[in-house]
Amino acid sequence: MTQERHSYLDEPYGLKAWLLTRDHKRIAMLYLVSITFFFMLGGLFAAGIRLELLTPKGDIWTADTYNKLFSMHGVIMVFFFLVPSIPATLGNFLMPIMCGAKDLAFPRINLLSWYLYVIGGIIALVVLAMGGIDTGWTFYTPYSSLSSNTNVTLAIVGVFVAGFSSILTGFNFIVTVHRMRAPGLTWFRLPLFVWAQYATSLVMILGTPVVAITLTLVAVERSLHLGIFDPKLGGDPVLFQHLFWFYSHPAVYIMILPGMGVVSELVAAMARKAIFGYGFVAASSLAIAILGFLVWGHHLFVSSQSVYAGMVFSIITMLVAVPSAVKTFNWAATLYKGSISWESPTFYIVGFMGLFLIGGLTGLFLATMGLDIALHDTYFVVAHFHYIMVGGAIMAFLGGLHFWWPKMTGRMYNEALAKTSAVLVFVGFNFTFFPQFILGYLGMPRRYYSYPDELQVWNVLSSAGASVLGLGYTLTFCYLVYSLFKGELAPANPWGAKGLEWTTSSPPPTFNFDTDPIVTEPAYDYKPHGTEVTVG
Amino acid sequence: MSSSFPLFPPSASSVSTEMDLLYLFIIAVCAFFTILVVALVVYFTLKYKRQHDTDVGEPIHGSIALELTWTIIPLILSLVMFGWGASLFYRLSRPPADAMDVMVVGKQWMWKIQHPEGVREINELHVPLGRNVRITLGSEDVIHDFAIPAFRVKMDAVPGKFTTLWFNATELGTFHIYCQQYCGTRHSGMMGAVVVMTPQDYEAWLAGGRSTGTAVQNGERLFADLSCITCHKADSTGRGPTLIGVYNSRVTLADGRTVVADENYLRESIMNSQAKVVQGYQPIMPVFQTQISEENLMQLVAYIKSLKPAEKKQP
Amino acid sequence: MADVRQTRAGAVSPVAHASAHAEHAHHPRQQHHFYSMEQQLEASILGMWIFLVTEIMFFGGLFMAYLVYRHMYPLAWTESSHELNVILGGTNTAVLICSSLTMVLAVRSAQIGSRKGQIVNLILTIMLGSTFLVIKYFEYKAKFEHGLVPGPHFDPHELLPNGSLVPLALPQGSQIFFSLYFIMTGIHALHMVVGIGLMLVMLVFAWQGRFTPDYYNPIEVSGLYWHFVDIVWIFLFPLLYLLGYHFGV
Repeated sequence: MTQERHSYLDEPYGLKAWLLTRDHKRIAMLYLVSITFFFMLGGLFAAGIRLELLTPKGDIWTADTYNKLFSMHGVIMVFFFLVPSIPATLGNFLMPIMCGAKDLAFPRINLLSWYLYVIGGIIALVVLAMGGIDTGWTFYTPYSSLSSNTNVTLAIVGVFVAGFSSILTGFNFIVTVHRMRAPGLTWFRLPLFVWAQYATSLVMILGTPVVAITLTLVAVERSLHLGIFDPKLGGDPVLFQHLFWFYSHPAVYIMILPGMGVVSELVAAMARKAIFGYGFVAASSLAIAILGFLVWGHHLFVSSQSVYAGMVFSIITMLVAVPSAVKTFNWAATLYKGSISWESPTFYIVGFMGLFLIGGLTGLFLATMGLDIALHDTYFVVAHFHYIMVGGAIMAFLGGLHFWWPKMTGRMYNEALAKTSAVLVFVGFNFTFFPQFILGYLGMPRRYYSYPDELQVWNVLSSAGASVLGLGYTLTFCYLVYSLFKGELAPANPWGAKGLEWTTSSPPPTFNFDTDPIVTEPAYDYKPHGTEVTVG
Repeated sequence: MSSSFPLFPPSASSVSTEMDLLYLFIIAVCAFFTILVVALVVYFTLKYKRQHDTDVGEPIHGSIALELTWTIIPLILSLVMFGWGASLFYRLSRPPADAMDVMVVGKQWMWKIQHPEGVREINELHVPLGRNVRITLGSEDVIHDFAIPAFRVKMDAVPGKFTTLWFNATELGTFHIYCQQYCGTRHSGMMGAVVVMTPQDYEAWLAGGRSTGTAVQNGERLFADLSCITCHKADSTGRGPTLIGVYNSRVTLADGRTVVADENYLRESIMNSQAKVVQGYQPIMPVFQTQISEENLMQLVAYIKSLKPAEKKQP
Repeated sequence: MADVRQTRAGAVSPVAHASAHAEHAHHPRQQHHFYSMEQQLEASILGMWIFLVTEIMFFGGLFMAYLVYRHMYPLAWTESSHELNVILGGTNTAVLICSSLTMVLAVRSAQIGSRKGQIVNLILTIMLGSTFLVIKYFEYKAKFEHGLVPGPHFDPHELLPNGSLVPLALPQGSQIFFSLYFIMTGIHALHMVVGIGLMLVMLVFAWQGRFTPDYYNPIEVSGLYWHFVDIVWIFLFPLLYLLGYHFGV
């Protein structure tokens, strides 16, 4: 089929048209390129870390270099990859379309958010060029405000700017969902991806400003020698932890909720079945967002926080685990009597469910105060959050990327390679991070590059797994990029899925729809006997 | 540890068995749900594989009964975990009264340890088997964390305050001490060793060690050197309240609150006296914030703790 | 909702665009992704409210720090608060409240189509805002002169009552108080500067006659921002300036 293509990709033409675009789809693609760059950079640092950890002694990097490697890995992966990943790429692309709108509520602010992200990123690269920071991505005081002699202040500026970018994305999404839905599209007809993004956006706008001001205080203390967190000047270093985690705990929900939204969409589409318990899944996104703000103290159990405060945080943390469990059960129940296609997005969903399950459940170990004494600041924590962030969020992101790739690019990727790399990533991931649970209970501290000999076997296994994981990601990148040039042209609805995005061409025209949609049916309204499904 | 695939650290304290049991309990619950869900997912994916291009799934929308079941059961299980964990944590936060006091100060990048009898160590901690040991932790610079995996204990050492942890070693041997809060360049490798000896061997070791005076003796000397004596007399005639019997007593403050005079109260009153002024006294005590090291502070506090009414010690 | 079934060719060629326009007239200020001016107005107002919520969270972190340290250093807090000039602070409060009034009048003028009213009130708002900043400048200058700027030159000798034994605990708490004072009022002042910039832009638009009774989104939304900055000051003023006025210390 060689028709004239009039999609958002083709017109208007030219670099300037892209860099000054107001089209949410183009902005999504701009973000995709930028976050991929930062993912690779962060991955490079991870490789540096795992390389050093092959042997019990520190033989590859100096202590300072190693400290900078893990700090930059964390800062880049959290602030420049995970937080924007799904919202700024898939979210930006899909939110208006799923709401039946022509664009987000504030297209120019959307473009501004990308530029802020890029500026923040450039600042981070400058910090890197100047040697990087060594405070850990958590910037604990008084080390970060007094001792560290790296470019902490500049790094904080970079994070601040990137954070502002995420606030703008969140606020754009909220207004879009409230005010831009097509006629007939009531809240309870919205795809669950929209619910998840909405909940994420609430967290973004409420939490990010707090880390902004907290890090500002650290920067001010560093540059002007004030005493806000310096115990020798009367300040309280633990106050920093409270303020920091007040954002950073909800931030982890910013990083996983969108992935859960993606999984809902993929499960429904791959099983051609309405998500079991739609209302509960939608409500659980909101519950996670709200409860997520009330649990930050579980990072401070052994930080001199009072036992009673700890108990309150522990019990609420148990509560916040429940909505995630509810979602997982609902997804599994959706598969029952579904009509499940064995294409690559399915591989990603199944991988996600296993890995997210382990990741989420291991949170319970840490929420259990008594046990946290043994596990706090060990590799158990590292394994736990990587299971969720990488095993969960990145798997979901890749699954979504594959699922919507035909829609966004108009091309199909190589299915066999996609399945292969899904398996490589799954296997590599488990070998990398499962041994770290064991290392954690054995007591191996975080941020150590030298360790007692008896811990080497698990570290070697972990590093070996990391190379497989890296291979999987590299393969994915290669065939996806290849598909942009040589991939088969995609039809409007290659999966035979329900959803407004599948009613328009692949890729869509600039204003999304040829005819403004009017919605008359609930989400995932797969009718039996195949009468309503049109594939291609 | 003879295993080439170690799974658990040595079980060497009075709480390590319980901690391991709690760990295994949660593993069991999590393994159960993981296997259940993964098995179901894989099974469904296999059984309900799409046969024809235009097939769709059954329009099943939900079930309140199921939703309630899989909300309530996880909730109950997690509350059991909470309860057990909170109980264990609480017990680990309340050192027994008969515990021997050891002072540990973390500093970039070493642990400075002082026994009550005055023997000092760097990065090594000798303790007797079967005794309750209470560690008062401080830091001279940034936040560190004193952790002994074999005993399953851990606590941050925060500059500006004292924290405590306690343990009772139940196995002889040498076990790792780690710093478990990132503290700068040589955080990795800020390690130490705790050596558990029989009580006789421990006494012998103490006797052989050079003592620079017990904590209480050093504290008494500091009390005089820093002129605390001037205001804090044995009776209530001084400008400051008497300190005899103050430790763990209830103190009424100028604003009407009553607080328990624990170590952190004593520490705060030395470093920043304005925070809690005793009722009936003027806020005139000097601030010693930058004038006393963490170790000296611990020695002063040890001395004040030793001031008991029955002994009528002359300050 | 009217105009729902308009058809668009996917391309954005000028001819197609004009012919699409020919089918329905829309306000020149209506952006293309909105169905109606009403939707656009509602979206921009909701957007500004959400932005203000983020600002509340931003200042909220500072208020939290204030709360924690006030609890830790009650005496230093009241003594330090005495050092602030209540007359100047109070004047500034009045100035800002008046500026909110003139802001409201500016929006009202837009609503009723009075270009003169908009211009006069916007100019007044800008002048009052600037007055606030000038007074702030004098306050800060006084702090420099009295050695109350935290950092290596902090010298709170003024806080110490004469004669009695020196209560040296005050320097710590008061240094933190003044750190928070400068940071909180400084960030507030920064927001004022941005607000004044916004008002200047609004002034230019008003001069150009851009606002009419059926389109005055930008000025309404800017007004919301201005009122917010005013309200933050209403919280800052008593917390910073009025402590110790009911103790007799």
